[in-house]
Amino acid sequence: MPDLLIELFSEEIPAGMQQKAMSDLKKGIADGLTEAGLAFSGAEAFATPRRLALAVDGLPSKSPGVTEERKGPRIDAPEKAIEGFSRSAGLAREELEVGEDEKGGFYVARISRPGRKAETIVAETLKKVVLNFPWQKSMRWGNGSLRWARPLHSILCLLSNSAGEAEVVDVDIDGVKSGNATWGHRSTGTDRIAVVSFEDYVRKLKRAHVMLDPMERAASIRHDIENLAFAVGLEVVEDKKLLAEVAGLVEWPMALMGEISEEFLLLPSEVIVTSMREHQKFFSARNPKTGRIERFITIANCMPDDGGETILAGNRKVLSARLADAKFFWENDLRVAGDGGFEWLDALKNVTFERRLGTQYERIARLELLSGLLASHVGASEDMARLAARWAKADLSSEMVNEFPELQGVMGQYYAKAIGLPAEVGHAARHHYSPVGPSDEVPASPVSIAVAIADKLDTLCGFWIIDEKPTGSKDPFALRRAALGIIRLILDNDVRISLSRGIDEAMRLILGCLLLKGNVAVDDEFAMASGKHDATGKGDNDANELRDSVAAASNRINGSSITLREKVVLKHVGKSSCFREVDVGRVSFDLMSFIHERLKVYLREEGIRHDVIDACSVMRDSDDLSLLVKRAKALQDVLATENGENLVHCFRRANNILKQAEAKDGVLYSSGADISLAASIEESDLFASLDEAENRISEAVQKENYAGAMKEMAQLRKPIDAFFESVQINAEEKNVRINRLNLLNRIRRTCLKAADLTLVES
Amino acid sequence: MANIAGKPRSFQELILRLQLYWAEKGCAIMQPYDMEVGAGTFHPATTLRALGPKPWATAYVQPSRRPADGRYGENPNRLQHYYQFQVMIKPSPPDFQEIYLGSLKAIGIDMAMHDIRFVEDDWESPTLGAWGLGWEVWCDGMEVSQFTYFQQVGGHNCHPVSGELTYGLERLAMHVLGVGHVMNMPFNDPDAPIPLTYGDVFRQTEEEYSRHNFEAADTEMLFRHFEDAETECGALLNQPDEDPKTGRRIVMARPAYDQCIKASHIFNLLDARGVISVTERQAYIARVRALARKCADAYLKTEDGGNRE
Repeated sequence: MPDLLIELFSEEIPAGMQQKAMSDLKKGIADGLTEAGLAFSGAEAFATPRRLALAVDGLPSKSPGVTEERKGPRIDAPEKAIEGFSRSAGLAREELEVGEDEKGGFYVARISRPGRKAETIVAETLKKVVLNFPWQKSMRWGNGSLRWARPLHSILCLLSNSAGEAEVVDVDIDGVKSGNATWGHRSTGTDRIAVVSFEDYVRKLKRAHVMLDPMERAASIRHDIENLAFAVGLEVVEDKKLLAEVAGLVEWPMALMGEISEEFLLLPSEVIVTSMREHQKFFSARNPKTGRIERFITIANCMPDDGGETILAGNRKVLSARLADAKFFWENDLRVAGDGGFEWLDALKNVTFERRLGTQYERIARLELLSGLLASHVGASEDMARLAARWAKADLSSEMVNEFPELQGVMGQYYAKAIGLPAEVGHAARHHYSPVGPSDEVPASPVSIAVAIADKLDTLCGFWIIDEKPTGSKDPFALRRAALGIIRLILDNDVRISLSRGIDEAMRLILGCLLLKGNVAVDDEFAMASGKHDATGKGDNDANELRDSVAAASNRINGSSITLREKVVLKHVGKSSCFREVDVGRVSFDLMSFIHERLKVYLREEGIRHDVIDACSVMRDSDDLSLLVKRAKALQDVLATENGENLVHCFRRANNILKQAEAKDGVLYSSGADISLAASIEESDLFASLDEAENRISEAVQKENYAGAMKEMAQLRKPIDAFFESVQINAEEKNVRINRLNLLNRIRRTCLKAADLTLVES
Repeated sequence: MANIAGKPRSFQELILRLQLYWAEKGCAIMQPYDMEVGAGTFHPATTLRALGPKPWATAYVQPSRRPADGRYGENPNRLQHYYQFQVMIKPSPPDFQEIYLGSLKAIGIDMAMHDIRFVEDDWESPTLGAWGLGWEVWCDGMEVSQFTYFQQVGGHNCHPVSGELTYGLERLAMHVLGVGHVMNMPFNDPDAPIPLTYGDVFRQTEEEYSRHNFEAADTEMLFRHFEDAETECGALLNQPDEDPKTGRRIVMARPAYDQCIKASHIFNLLDARGVISVTERQAYIARVRALARKCADAYLKTEDGGNRE
C-alpha cells in the first residue's frame, strides 16, 4: 500500500490563512481520491509559512475496476433505437448482450471500466485542487495566470511504498512542475533537498531547521516562553490567538526575552500588552505580585550566530519607539481628561453613529436620559447614572483608543480614575459594553447595569426605527448580541423592570432627537432642524442644552404613528428625501417579541423547554423578564413531578370538553358552579379543593411565589382525576350538565392563573 | 563603490549601496519625479509602467510628502518629508524574494545575525485605484520594506504582474546605523571635512513645513487648485488623440497624470489642515481615483502602454 506525500512550496502564506488552507487541502485531495475510488486509511495536513503539506497513508496502487450493466431497448425495437443505445454505451452492436423478462428479450450493455493507476488519479486530483483552491484572497505573479495565496514555487508529489521505493507523480500546473524536492529554512540557503517518504521529509526538514507541524511549533513556543518568564519570576500573559499567529510566522521558533525600559512601566498594563501584541507580536511577561508588565518575549524565526543579542537589541529599540508613541498618547489624553474631557465630547459631534441615527454626541444625550430613567430600577442613583453615561463614550475620541480601538472602555476607566471621577463612573465606562460574548462577564454594579442596558436599548430601538433588523444569518450591527446582553444583564442581576416601558422611552428619545434634526413630523408638520448641537457651543453647557432639548422634544412624541424623513442618496439622481410612515407602537411590540425570541433561545440553552417559555410569555407582565423566568422555572420544575405531568393531562381533558361544549352550545360557561348540584362525594370534594386552592394560588401568585402556586395546582390533580372517574360531564339533566361545565371552567381558570397551560406540550 | 563590505556609515552610503545593488540586478536607475507625491508608487515609472504588457525594471529614490506626519522636527521617527527607495520589476522575477534579501545584505543586514520575517500586508491605494498582495518585511521587529505584487492599477488588472519594493529609507538607515533620533543620523560620511547630520540638512525644513502644513497653507486656494487640477486632467484627456500640429497620434497620458498627482497632494494638504470632514474625505478620494483611472485608460492607448496601432 503506497503512501502519498504532497508539498506545495510557496512564498510566505499569511499566518491567518494557514489553518483553513490545511483543511481545504486535506478535504480537496481526500474527496478527489475517494470519488475516484481510491480508499485510503488516513490523511494529515501540515503548514509552515512557506509550505502546505499533506500525507495520505495506505493508498491502493490502483482503483478497483467497475462493471455496469445497462438495460436497453427490446430486441424488436426499431433499428435506430438500438443503434443509439449501443453508441451511448460505447460498445459495438455485436458486443451487446440479450436479457429476458416476462415480456420478452431486451438488449443489455455490459460496460466495464478498468481500474486506474493511483498515480493518474493523484495527478488529476492535485491539479484540480490547486487550480480551484478556495483561498479567501489570492494573487497572480510574473507572467502566469495561476492563483495562489502568494507565488507558488514548486510541488513535491511522491508515492512511496514500504520498501523505500518512491516515485514522483508528474504534474504540471501552469508551468510549476512536480518533483521530489523541497527546501529548508531560508537561512539555510537554497540547496534542494530530495526526499523519499513522509518520514524522510519530516526528518530532513528538521535538519534544515523547519518544524513542519504547526502544533509542534506552538507547543515549543509556549514551552520556551513560559520557561523564560518563570526563570525571572514572571508569568506569561496568556494569548492563544497570538500563539497561533506567531506559530504561523516562523518555521523555526526561537524565543528571546528582553526588558521594557523603566520609563514605560507606568503605562497601564493593557496598553503595553496591546501595543506589544498588535504592533510587534510580542508576548507579555507579567510580575504576578504587582500585575505590571515588565518584559517582552519575541519569537524569532532563526538561530542567530550571536545567540540573539543583535535581534533583541533591534526589537528593544523598536518597542521603545512604539511605547514612546503610546506614552505620548497617554500623556496627551491625561491632559484632555484633566480639562474635563470636553474636547473629546465635542469631537464626538463629528463621529457618525449611523447615518440616519445621527452622531455619537447625540447618542450620549439620549444615553444620559435613558440611564437616568433606568437608575432607580437597578438601585443606582440617577445623577451617578447620568454622569456615567456622559463619560462612557468619551474615550472614543482619545488618541489611545484611536490607535488601539480594542482599548475602548478600558482607557475610559483609567482616565476617569486619573481625574478623580467616582469609581462607579469609571467602572461603567469600562463595562457598559458588556456582555459582548457568551463568556463575557455581566456587569454587576448598579451604575454600570443602568448604562449597559441603556446603551443596548438605544441601539436596538434605533435600528428598529430605521428598519435595519437582523435577517437570517445577517446581523451586521450585532443586534442579537445586544438583545442577549439586555437579557443577561436583567437576569443575572435580577433586575425588575418593565422592558416594554424601557423600549417606549428609548424610542421616544430617538424620535425626539430626530425631531430636533427636522426628520420627524409631529402633527404632519416637519419642524425646522434646530441644529443647536451642530452650532458653536462647547463643553458641559452645550451637552446639557442638547440633553434638555432632546428630553423636551421626546415629550412631543406621543402619536403612535409618525412620519420619518430619511435622506437617501440615489445613484444618478443625487440627494432626495424619502418619507416613511413608522407605527411606533408596532415597532416597539415587534422589538419586544424579538427580545422574547432571544430569551427563548437563551433559556433553551439553560435547559428550559420552549413550550414552557411560551406558556409563561403570554402571561401579564411578561416584559418583566426576571418575573417571566421565575415563572418558567417554577413551571418546568412542577412539570417534572408526577402530579404536575398529570395535572396537565387533567387540565387538557377539562379544557377540551369545555371547548367542545362551548363551541357546540355557543355560550361561555363562566357563570360559576353550584355545589348544591354536586351528585357525588368526588364532585363535592372538587368544589372544596378548588375553593381552597384558588385562594392559596392567588395569594402565592400575588407574592410571586410561583413554585408554591404551581405546587398547589399540581395537588388539584387528584380531586380532578377522581371527579372525572366518578361523574359523566354530559349528564342527562340539563342543569347538572351546565353546572359541571361551569365547574370545568373553574378548573381552567384556576390552572391558568400562573401560566397558560394550553401551550404546554404533552 | 569602494568598500561594500561591512555596514554603511551614513544615510547617503546606504542609498548609494541600494542603487548600486539594483543597478547590478539590471534595473534602470531613474531619478526622483519632479513633483510632490505621497509615496514612490506615484512616480509614473511605477504607476503607469505597471500597466500594459511591456517588461520594465527600475529603481529610484523618491522624496515623499505626508503633510499630516509633520512633527516640527521633534519626533525621532516622524517626518512630513522623507525618502523612499522604490524598485519595480515587470514581470516579477521568480526569485524576487531572494534578490531582495541580497539587497539587505548589501546594506549590512546579515541574515545570520538578524531575524527577517515576511508579515502579511495587503497593499491598497484608494486614490490610485490600485491594490496588491505581499508583505511588510520585518528586520528584528522593525518594518524595513513593503513588498507587493501589483494586482490592479487604475482599475486595470495587471498582466504581467509587477513586483514592487519600497524601502522607507530614514527608518531603515536608522536601524542599520543604530541611530535613535533621525535628526542625529549622519547624512554624509561622519569623517568628511564637513560632516552633516540629517538634522543639519532637514531639521529647519521640517519645522517650516510643519507650520505651513498645519497652520498656514491657504485652504481656499488649495480647494481652488484641486478643482483646477481635476479640470485640467479631464481637459487634457478629452483632446483628440491626433495632434493637429504634427498630425501624429499623441495621447497626453503623462501630462494628465501630473494633474492627478497634483490633485492627490493638494488633497493630502487639505486633510492635514483638517478642513475635510469624514464624509467629504471619501468623496475626495473617489475624485482622485477617477482621475487615476482615466489616466490609466489613456496610458493603455499609448505605445508605452502596449498599444501597437
